[in-house]
Amino acid sequence: MCLGVPGKITEIYEREGLRMGRIDFGGIVKEACLAYVPEAEIGDYTLIHVGFALNVIDEQEALETLSLLREIDALGEELGADIPAPE
Amino acid sequence: MKHLTEYRDAEKVRVLLDEIAAVTTQPWVIMEICGGQTHSIIRHGFDQMLPPEIELVHGPGCPVCVTPLELIDRALAIASRPDVIFTSFGDMLRVPGSKKDLFQIKSEGGDVRVVYSPLDCLQIARENPDKEVVFFGVGFETTAPANAMAVMQAHEQGIDNFSMLVSHVRVPPAIEALLSSPENRIQAFLAAGHVCTVMGTWEYDPLAEKFNVPMVVTGFEPVDLARGILHAVRQLEEGRAEVENAYERLVVPEGNIPAQQVINAVFETCDRKWRGVGSIPASGWKLRPEFAAHDAETRFAVGHLDVVESPLCQAGLVLQGRLKPNECPAFGVECTPRTPLGAPMVSSEGACAAYYQFGRVAAKAGD
Repeated sequence: MCLGVPGKITEIYEREGLRMGRIDFGGIVKEACLAYVPEAEIGDYTLIHVGFALNVIDEQEALETLSLLREIDALGEELGADIPAPE
Repeated sequence: MKHLTEYRDAEKVRVLLDEIAAVTTQPWVIMEICGGQTHSIIRHGFDQMLPPEIELVHGPGCPVCVTPLELIDRALAIASRPDVIFTSFGDMLRVPGSKKDLFQIKSEGGDVRVVYSPLDCLQIARENPDKEVVFFGVGFETTAPANAMAVMQAHEQGIDNFSMLVSHVRVPPAIEALLSSPENRIQAFLAAGHVCTVMGTWEYDPLAEKFNVPMVVTGFEPVDLARGILHAVRQLEEGRAEVENAYERLVVPEGNIPAQQVINAVFETCDRKWRGVGSIPASGWKLRPEFAAHDAETRFAVGHLDVVESPLCQAGLVLQGRLKPNECPAFGVECTPRTPLGAPMVSSEGACAAYYQFGRVAAKAGD
């Protein structure tokens, strides 16, 4: 039940006094409540859980995580290259 | 799909698994609290790809599984009433009560409806002014912002025919209970990423310190899980016990403040019974007195409930990480997803369902 799905905000509007939006999940578009992400803008990626955006996905952090992984990989290869091949 | 595919990259997972193997020098027991992560771990085979020294035990983070039987029976009684439209997330429909489940109530003529969001119930209530619309408000901190908002909206808009049967639970008191148990084997936790998206990480600092146990906030995709495990193993190997955030793109230490404000306006903490585990102090949320009109528990008198748990089901031990699902004698025999004895066999976050679905039957007695 705690699963969340990332989606892109394509539209923001108000309904019954609540900040709502249209969210594109890679082709499937659904409505979600944006009351908890007042800073979110069209084009932002958010995490949606039971029809509510719980946060905006931090692009900078997402990129850094992925680049850290590349560093681990590069380090592994370097270390691996230093180890002499078994006879 | 952005923010999914790059975190499902097999090559990146391999790199992380190699790193975990490289830093591991001795056996460690790590618990993932969240049932969604249990499913991801078993589905992607992490239990089989990690070094043999690393044992993952599965936690109680399955709201469907820990909802007390009394409350399931109460839900069944309310849902049977002809004046009620009973709404719920789909997961709850097959959870066995003492005698029936919600599907059975539906097949017997009860108006039971699955909703995607608790806000949908408000629309149903507006469209059916002559009916009582009741929502089964289960969940951890992740779901609380949505459920709290539904109650607040009903209150503000005067939707008097909407009420909620609340069974909310909180993670930190459950971690404290697990670590305080004399049988505890857990040496590190993967803290649930989406719970922390809402609540932040500040509630975990005192636990890490008090019990000297690393807590790594972890996401749900394979790369996220591998990173969470790597960070936990590194801390254990280095003798550190800190709260560490390995889900940086969604979690900040303070959490989502607007969401916490609405939760705190609508709910207050209470002691809560966890199915199979027992009562845990301050581990639940209930509606504040000012929202009593929307509290289904006081709104519907259901009379005496005879609560009967299956004598074969060992869900309580599974939920505390003390028994693997496939070590239960009933697993896959008397208990299957078609004939579940306990909630962990039906929930999409239940450990027993994960083991059954992904073929982890090898540890059965006699093998």
